[in-house]
Amino acid sequence: MIPREKDNVVHIDSDSPPRVIHSGEDFLYEHLPVGTRVLYPNPPMKGLPNPDAAIRYALNHPIGKEPLYAQLRPGMKVTIVMDDISLPLPQMKLPDIRERIISIVLQILGDHGVDDIDLLIANALHRAMSPSEMKRMVGQKIFDRFYPKHFINHDAEDPHAIVNLGETELGELVKTHRLCAEADLTIYVNINLVPMDGGHKSMGIGLTDYKGLLAHHNPKTMLECDSYMDPKKSELANSGNRIGRVVDEHLNVFHIETALNNRMYAAPMEFLGKNEDDWSELDRLAFQSTRWTLKKLPRSAKREFFHKIPSPYELIAVFAGATEPVHERILEKNYEQYAVPVKGQADVIISGIPYISPYNVNSILNPVLVQVMALGYLYNMYRGSPVIRDGGTMIVCHPCPDEFDPDHHPSYIEFFHRCLPETRDSFELHKRFEKEFATNPTYIEMYRRGNAYHGAHPFYMWYWGDRGRSRVGNVIVVGAENEHVPRILGWHKADTLQDAIEMSKDFTRPNPDITMVHIPPIMISDVRLTDEEQKARDLKEAERKLRPRELVHGS
Amino acid sequence: MGPEMSANSACAFYDLDGTLVSTNLVHTYLFFSRNQPSALRTLFKTAGGIARIPAFAVVDRVNRVKFNEMLFSLYEGEFEDRLLELAEEHFEEVYKPNIFPGVYELIQASQRRGLRQVIVSGSLDFVVRPLARHLGIDDIVTNRLEFKRGVATGKLVPPILAGANKARFMQEYARTHGVDLVESYAYSDSYSDYPMLAVVGRPAVVNPDKKLLAEARVFNWPVLDLR
Repeated sequence: MIPREKDNVVHIDSDSPPRVIHSGEDFLYEHLPVGTRVLYPNPPMKGLPNPDAAIRYALNHPIGKEPLYAQLRPGMKVTIVMDDISLPLPQMKLPDIRERIISIVLQILGDHGVDDIDLLIANALHRAMSPSEMKRMVGQKIFDRFYPKHFINHDAEDPHAIVNLGETELGELVKTHRLCAEADLTIYVNINLVPMDGGHKSMGIGLTDYKGLLAHHNPKTMLECDSYMDPKKSELANSGNRIGRVVDEHLNVFHIETALNNRMYAAPMEFLGKNEDDWSELDRLAFQSTRWTLKKLPRSAKREFFHKIPSPYELIAVFAGATEPVHERILEKNYEQYAVPVKGQADVIISGIPYISPYNVNSILNPVLVQVMALGYLYNMYRGSPVIRDGGTMIVCHPCPDEFDPDHHPSYIEFFHRCLPETRDSFELHKRFEKEFATNPTYIEMYRRGNAYHGAHPFYMWYWGDRGRSRVGNVIVVGAENEHVPRILGWHKADTLQDAIEMSKDFTRPNPDITMVHIPPIMISDVRLTDEEQKARDLKEAERKLRPRELVHGS
Repeated sequence: MGPEMSANSACAFYDLDGTLVSTNLVHTYLFFSRNQPSALRTLFKTAGGIARIPAFAVVDRVNRVKFNEMLFSLYEGEFEDRLLELAEEHFEEVYKPNIFPGVYELIQASQRRGLRQVIVSGSLDFVVRPLARHLGIDDIVTNRLEFKRGVATGKLVPPILAGANKARFMQEYARTHGVDLVESYAYSDSYSDYPMLAVVGRPAVVNPDKKLLAEARVFNWPVLDLR
């Protein structure tokens, strides 16, 4: 049941305690103006009492497919594909759900005489996972059995690994990994942390190459998503669906999808998952001592500390079978966990940017990723309408250090310091620079043999923020420790949250509606517009349609 | 041989020893020293070479040009035709098994990008040539032994290619061939090649020594591991 608004929405009054706001590896603790609306995530749903039994049930009672055991015959070739380290965030407490599922799948395969098995990580152009990360994901036993020969990362630059399956009706290239193309059965093991994950995206996007991604990882597609978290209104999801359907025509894919609850914080950080109004003295003490300790540590030590704390996520649903019906069932569970009913938009939204994103596990949240967290994720965490009004002001908190991981994000450094100072226009970036980065032999080699994101990846991160960038009037970053990072991103800088709120009044109106989105943990605002807002929005959309822009598509 | 050059075309410049192959100049010398016409000469040359290794190591740290001069003086008295004859065998025995696995991928990606492939190495021309052919390299810029009446004098034809000279050779090469150095790439494993890396717009360090790794981190140069 989706909770009513009152369960998740707090209006600040003069007695309200300060609110915790993430700011990279630190926290702000700020009093908000009276009248500010604070949106909190739903509490974690109860985990399934016996996850292994639930997984077995799903495999034996799939939707739209024969049970797994009925599809097996001795001597057949099976490829088990799984999501990479970008899911879930932070990494989950062991055992990882992938280990649980794959252990059971392997047992069933073994019982039916299937031992020609490969394990493949669907990392697309994400960085390859290191052996220790791979081991953490599937556990020692599975790792020892398959690594390195039969447990690999997808390599989008290996011409021998990529197989063309054809095109969609709109000419989108459909590709997959040879291990899947040559398998009798492909089993996909997914984690659906948010609604933009899973479904056809898993096979259709996770196992393609740069040319395959051009169809949808481009500025035009990103601008046409309203939002990424609402697949029905996401052009990215539509493109992934078209591609995935072609994949399903060619391959026998048995899809296993899971939904986790949002229990992101365990002790000693449990207080971060609570409404400050409900904090006990112990919570307050734990927060203050954590903050005090963090202040004494260098950033790298704080980062290491945070990345080492796993989340005690619990399985709330698992379904298996055909891609589409399975995904629909999982989406329902995702929304049940994340959707927070919200009435009306805001002129100003405030949120913290934490230390982590899907693209910097065990690494640095660099300025381009700070941008994607604000305009790509925070903005898009809605269904219906965004929390922030068109032209509104987004206030985010992050120190914005000019710091990059040279092994994970080498092309980001060049993108940020060479391309962005020239232009922030995604279409121009796409046209002038993207191909050059994608074909840079150094970046290709670092992606293939190292642990680097592909040369084209920072461009995707910038396009990811385009929808938000095109709708949000201004972004103010609180606490940036330098001038040039906000300037390059096209943002304003404020020293304190109070200063930022004052600035936002100049950008919006003297008495703006202010909403703080209290994340993480993850939440998706289910925004219903007021009648007035709906009229204003319809008018703006009509105006927008009258001013069509020349857009590139996959060129 | 290789892509057609046009105005403002770009190159990928590679150091050789330690960058593309795990061997170095001493391995090459030892190969030739143990392939002498007589057993006695083989013993004499090989023992002489091995005895000098500690001295080579010390001089290499101080001055790469001096190191080259010292090492190549050991070639004195070698017959040119014999060295050329053995060069193919040297490639099969010394270079080929020691090419770093990632080298093929890197060069292929670089070729797909349309870059002209150039090895810039302190090694000798006749030993580098078979390797270049094998890897699909378009050009080599190397040291050359001086021969008089078909016999090596033990000296190199000046100027000796090492350290800062590599950068000067690359600038000269760029001028002659219409290459845009800003758009060009350079790859090396050694701090002694810092000038070679600094002269192009897209340097990258490969399997770097400690000192070069530190420099690469300072300048945000990409770090590759081709091993």
